[in-house]
Amino acid sequence: MANLTDGTAYSHPRDSYVAMIQRKRLYGGIMLAVFVLMLISGFMLADERNAGGFWAGLPQLLDFPADVVADASTKLHLMPAHLVKFFPALLETINIAAASTLIGALFAIILSLLSTRGLALWPRAIPLFRRVMDIMRAVPEIVIALVLIFILGGGPVPAMIAIAFHTAGALGKLFSEVNENADLKPVEGLHSVGATWFQRMWFGVVPQVSPNYFSYALLRFEINIRASAILGFVGAGGIGYELRNAMSWGKGKFDEAAAIFILLFLTIVIFDQLSGYVRQRLIHQEAH
Amino acid sequence: MADAALYARADGLFQRKKIMSLALPAVIIGYLAYVFFAFDVPGLAERARLDNARTLVADMVSYKTHVSRDNRSGEVTVAIEGERKGEYAPGQEPDWVAMQGLTQVIDLGDGHVVTFLPENALRYDVPGFGLIEARVDGREIVSNLGDDSPDWVSASRTRLNITTDAGRVSLTRNRTEVFRYFAGWELFFFTLDSPYFGHGFSEIFFGPQIDPARSNMVGAWQDFWHNAMWRHSDVAWALFETVLMAFLGTFGAAIVALPVAFIAAKNFAPLRSLRFFMRRIFDFLRGVDGLIWTILLSRALGPGPLTGSLAILLTDTGSFGKMFSEALENVDNKQIEGISSTGASTLQRYRFGVIPQVTPVLLSQVLYYFESNTRSATIIGAITGGGIGLLLTQAMITQKDWEEVTYYIVLVVLMVMAMDSLSGWLRKRLIQGDK
Repeated sequence: MANLTDGTAYSHPRDSYVAMIQRKRLYGGIMLAVFVLMLISGFMLADERNAGGFWAGLPQLLDFPADVVADASTKLHLMPAHLVKFFPALLETINIAAASTLIGALFAIILSLLSTRGLALWPRAIPLFRRVMDIMRAVPEIVIALVLIFILGGGPVPAMIAIAFHTAGALGKLFSEVNENADLKPVEGLHSVGATWFQRMWFGVVPQVSPNYFSYALLRFEINIRASAILGFVGAGGIGYELRNAMSWGKGKFDEAAAIFILLFLTIVIFDQLSGYVRQRLIHQEAH
Repeated sequence: MADAALYARADGLFQRKKIMSLALPAVIIGYLAYVFFAFDVPGLAERARLDNARTLVADMVSYKTHVSRDNRSGEVTVAIEGERKGEYAPGQEPDWVAMQGLTQVIDLGDGHVVTFLPENALRYDVPGFGLIEARVDGREIVSNLGDDSPDWVSASRTRLNITTDAGRVSLTRNRTEVFRYFAGWELFFFTLDSPYFGHGFSEIFFGPQIDPARSNMVGAWQDFWHNAMWRHSDVAWALFETVLMAFLGTFGAAIVALPVAFIAAKNFAPLRSLRFFMRRIFDFLRGVDGLIWTILLSRALGPGPLTGSLAILLTDTGSFGKMFSEALENVDNKQIEGISSTGASTLQRYRFGVIPQVTPVLLSQVLYYFESNTRSATIIGAITGGGIGLLLTQAMITQKDWEEVTYYIVLVVLMVMAMDSLSGWLRKRLIQGDK
């Protein structure tokens, strides 16, 4: 009440507001400056540690693409044959991605149901399954692939297992977020008629969430195609392996590498667009 | 009549659902069966090297100490993992190796005793079996084992191998070697030449000064950090380099993509053709993919962290460009109109009308990518030669340092999990803190 008569407390609301804004701007500016400084010094450090410097290498950046294009254009008549020749390898890469997405998604569904509150079979074990998924997610595919290549020999199976392992963790987390939004009424209804846990999940939860599962799995499939191409490069079969061989032929023989680049690029773009289109349609279907 | 049609429709619907619920699993199982044979899984059993798996698992949790004699010079060395940096100095041998002039007695534990005798001979006392004697006779290896040697001995004219639970003995014309296995990771803290080797933590922290030249804490840290066997400082640097690649790639891409995304957004770019062009560029950047960018860049710039950073930067510029422009298309126009009604310039309209709206969305996407790029940086590092990925592949190529591989894997997993928590924490702070 005293404040009503004493005008000083209200006399400069504008000043304090301006001061606050300025302080906020200052902090924001400092943050931004620190961030930009980190970025610049980071690039300088990375440049220093690189075998060749950035500015020295920049003029040569287009040399390799130029070589590839030159080799490909002089042997243009061989291109269709190359495309046909490497198609089975491409198919293997896609198969690795598809199989690992499928297997990973199946494990992810189980893991996610076991780690969702209200749905879990053993509610006490929820933190355990979450940690398991965190670890599965954190393991880069290449680690498992290289270890398995040592044991199982080169080929698609190590890559498939490695990608499926990571996929199970990555999708498991997304799926359990989806599960949390599922309506529990069907589950309760099924429980009241004596359904087992598996039946409750299969008939009560999965039909509700399957469009979201599908959408996430599709996005993952697209990521996994890239991953399986990369794993091929370290010896796990598929188009990546062929690419590494083609790269080793050296200058003048890059026509095979060009064919593989084209195949890989087209595959990624096609699946990227396709999955984008299908997911868009799924979202719109749900909005109806 | 209407009811009948309704029933028929419902029946049809159920029929379709029934077929779907059976057909979908059938398709999945059919596809997996196809993959099973396409990937030659049945043939895998033949190709699988279970002995490799056994070595790997054994090596992950144990190490071996080699006692080897050069059969030409007669020189005997004791070295952990047979590596030079794990060699015991003469006179400092472990107590299970007794150097007695020209003979050496090696106690493998559990009553197993190997004795190196002069003239390139050896004696191995195997409890419950008896004494095995072998020597190099001219160019051949001769032993007292007859033709019916047990299956844990492999003997030929040029080589004798005895593998027991206690260790392994091998005799060739050039070398006599004994391996004794111990649990754990060898020399993880200090190498043998460090004065701190064999001292416990409490001794180093609270005990008397061990090295007169250095205080215990400093000396122990120096010797640990520059451990030649495990190279802790190099590993720490490699981890930092990997995070650096992810950081530069992700945030560099975000900075490049933000202004460009305005050109590709429907409500900001008036030119339809330009928009279309930008979108195709984003698709191209993403479509070429990290693998090809890495190959291309490492050809010009050489291997290293910059190559990895730029490969991530290029790929993610495509991803961010697409995501940012979609986010920009979803901005609320009211805020922008409000700002323009006060007579704000175009730049001000963007700064106060658009940026505050999209920042939370963009930031959370960028931080998600930061975490996932830490993983990608490990993989790209393995290809282009930088960071922890390089160390990992190097250790794997030797096919014997599996304890180092395990160490790196544990570190990579911890690193990615740490980045995951960091990005989650930042997301929470920056996005909810703003409100």
